Amino acid sequence: MREHFHAIVVGAGPSGNAAAYTLAKAGLKVLQIERGEYPGSKNVQGAILYADALERIIPTFREDAPLERHVVEQRIWMMDQDGHAGAHYRSSSFNEEKPNRYTIIRAQFDKWFSRQVQAAGALVICETTVTALLRGENGRVEGVVTDRENGVVTADIVILAEGVNGLLGTRAGLRTRPKAEHVALAVKEMHFLPQETIEARFNLKEDEGVVIEATGTITEGMVGTAFIYTNKESLSVGIGCLVSDFGETKTKPYELLDRFKRHSSVHPLIEGAEVKEYAAHLIPEGGYKAIPQLYGDGWLIVGDAGSFVNAAHREGSNLAMTTGRLAAETVIHNRRMGLPNVAENLKRYKDELDRSFVMQDLKKYRNLPETLHTNKQFFTTYPHLISSAAQKLLRVDGDSKRQKEKDITAAFLRTRRFGGLITDVFKMARAWR
Amino acid sequence: MSTTARPPVPPVKVEEKLYQNRYMVDEGRPHVRIQPHDTASPTLRTLVDVCPAGCYSATDDGRVEIIPDGCMECGTCRILCEASGEIEWNYPRGGYGILFKFG
Ligand SMILES: Cc1cc2nc3c(=O)[nH]c(=O)nc-3n(C[C@H](O)[C@H](O)[C@H](O)COP(=O)(O)OP(=O)(O)OC[C@H]3O[C@@H](n4cnc5c(N)ncnc54)[C@H](O)[C@@H]3O)c2cc1C
Ligand code: SF4
Repeated sequence: MREHFHAIVVGAGPSGNAAAYTLAKAGLKVLQIERGEYPGSKNVQGAILYADALERIIPTFREDAPLERHVVEQRIWMMDQDGHAGAHYRSSSFNEEKPNRYTIIRAQFDKWFSRQVQAAGALVICETTVTALLRGENGRVEGVVTDRENGVVTADIVILAEGVNGLLGTRAGLRTRPKAEHVALAVKEMHFLPQETIEARFNLKEDEGVVIEATGTITEGMVGTAFIYTNKESLSVGIGCLVSDFGETKTKPYELLDRFKRHSSVHPLIEGAEVKEYAAHLIPEGGYKAIPQLYGDGWLIVGDAGSFVNAAHREGSNLAMTTGRLAAETVIHNRRMGLPNVAENLKRYKDELDRSFVMQDLKKYRNLPETLHTNKQFFTTYPHLISSAAQKLLRVDGDSKRQKEKDITAAFLRTRRFGGLITDVFKMARAWR
Repeated sequence: MSTTARPPVPPVKVEEKLYQNRYMVDEGRPHVRIQPHDTASPTLRTLVDVCPAGCYSATDDGRVEIIPDGCMECGTCRILCEASGEIEWNYPRGGYGILFKFG
C-alpha cells in the first residue's frame, strides 16, 4: 500500500464514522479501517439514537437512515423480585416533525453511516485489523500497521475510534487498560414479534416507540441496569453490570438475562418472541475520571476509546459522534492553518470538548460511578423497600392509611437506620448534582 | 416483602443462544489463549462463570481451558485477566470472529 493519507481513522463505529465523514466532506484524503466484515458487524448497542448529534453532521439523515421508531414514552422501573414501581413519561409532543430520539438497529445504522462516509469520498477498508501504530523518530505517530500483506499505511494523523477495548492505544502506551470497575458488561437479545403485537403490548401507533430502563434487585446487588427498547418488529432486551461485580459475584451474565426475561413484569411483554441474536459488549462507565490523555503527536482518541459515555443517562453514541466530529474539525483547522498535527496544535480538540456538552455532562456526574459502586444498597435494599411500600399502600386490607405510613417508615429505618438513609440521600444528591 | 420460594429454573444453555449468532471462525488461530498452568488462579477460574459466551471451562485436574469459537469479542476476560499475564487477548484477523446481524 504505502500510500500517504491526510488522516487514518481506525474503526467504523459512530465516532469513527463521524470523524471520517467530516474529514472527507472537507476534502481531506481519508482512509478508514474496520476489522469487521462490514461496519457494524462487531458493534452492539441498545439502541437509542439521539438525533441532535447526528443532525449536526448529516442534517438530512432522516430521509434515508434506517430508523426504527421515534421515542414517545420513557419508563423507569425500580424492580424487586415480584414487581416494579415505575414512572412513565409520555407526550404527544414527541410526535414532532423532527423527533429527538429514535430506536435503531446498530448493524444497519452503521452500514448506512458508512455509505455516507464513502459517498463523501473516504476510502473505507473492512476485514482489516490494525495491529500497531507506526512511530517515527521522536515517537510521533505516523501511520498504522495492519494484518494485510504490505499493510503499512502512513498519514498526517491517526484518529483512534477503536471502541471500549482500546487495544491499539493501550499497546502503544497512549493509555491504560480500562479498570474492571470502570466498564460494564452488557448482554442483549433481539426478540422478534409482529409489528401489531408490539404496538398493542406497548400502546403504540405506527412508528412510535417506548423505552424501558430498569434497576433494582434484578442485578442481584451488582451495579447495573436492564432495558427493553421497542424496534419496528423486534425488542432489544438486555442487562449490564460492572465487570468488577461480575468478577466478584461470579454471576453468569446469560443467567442474569434469563431471570430478567422471566420476571413477571417483563415476561408478558416478550412472550412468544423469536430470539434471533445474543450479543455481549462492554460499556465504558468510568466517566470523567476515566478519560485518558486524548491527543498527542500524530494521534487523537474519540468515542468509547476515550471513555465518552454518560452512564447516568445512557448516552454514548451521541458523545461518540460529537467527539469524532470535533476531532475532525481540529484536524481540518490545522490543515487550513498549515499547522502540523503535533500535541500543541491538537490540544484544540480537548479545548473544544471542554466547551461542549460532552465534558460538561461528564464532569457533572464525575462522582456517580464511585457513589454507586460503594453503595450497593441502591441495587438491593431500596428496591425492596420501595416495592413493599407501594404494595402496602395499594393493598386495601382494613389497616388505616396512617398505620400503613408508620409501618413503611419503620421498615425503611429498620433496614437502613436513619443515619444511613440520610447519608445515602445526600450522597446520591451530590453525585447527581 | 415476599420470600416465597420460587420453583427452580432450568439452567440456561448458552450454546443454544450462541447458535443464533453468525461466526466466521479462523480455524487453528485462536485469538484468545490461556498461558500454560498447573492450577488455575481464582481469577482465571471466575472466567468460567463470567464469560458471556461460556468459552472457558474447568478441567478435572484444576486447570482452565478455552475454546474461543463462540467468543463475542467483548473483552471481559481481558479486563479481568490480561494484566496478570494469564491470558493473551487479541482481536481475530480482519473479517473473522463474530458477525452481528443486528448488534
Ligand atoms: C448494550 C449497550 C447498549 C447501549 N445503548 C446505548 C444507547 O441506547 N444509546 C447510546 O447513545 N449509546 C448506547 N451505548 C453506547 C454506544 O454503543 C457506544 O458509546 C458507541 O457505540 C461508541 O462508538 P465508538 O465508535 O466509539 O465505538 P464502537 O461503536 O465500539 O466502534 C469501534 C469500531 O472500531 C473497530 N475496531 C476496533 N479495533 C480495531 C482495530 N484494531 N482495527 C480495525 N478496526 C477496529 C470495531 O470493529 C468497531 O467497529 C450502548 C452500548 C452497549 C454495549
Ligand atoms: S472476550 Fe468476552 S466472549 Fe470472548 S472469551 Fe473473553 S469474556 Fe468470553
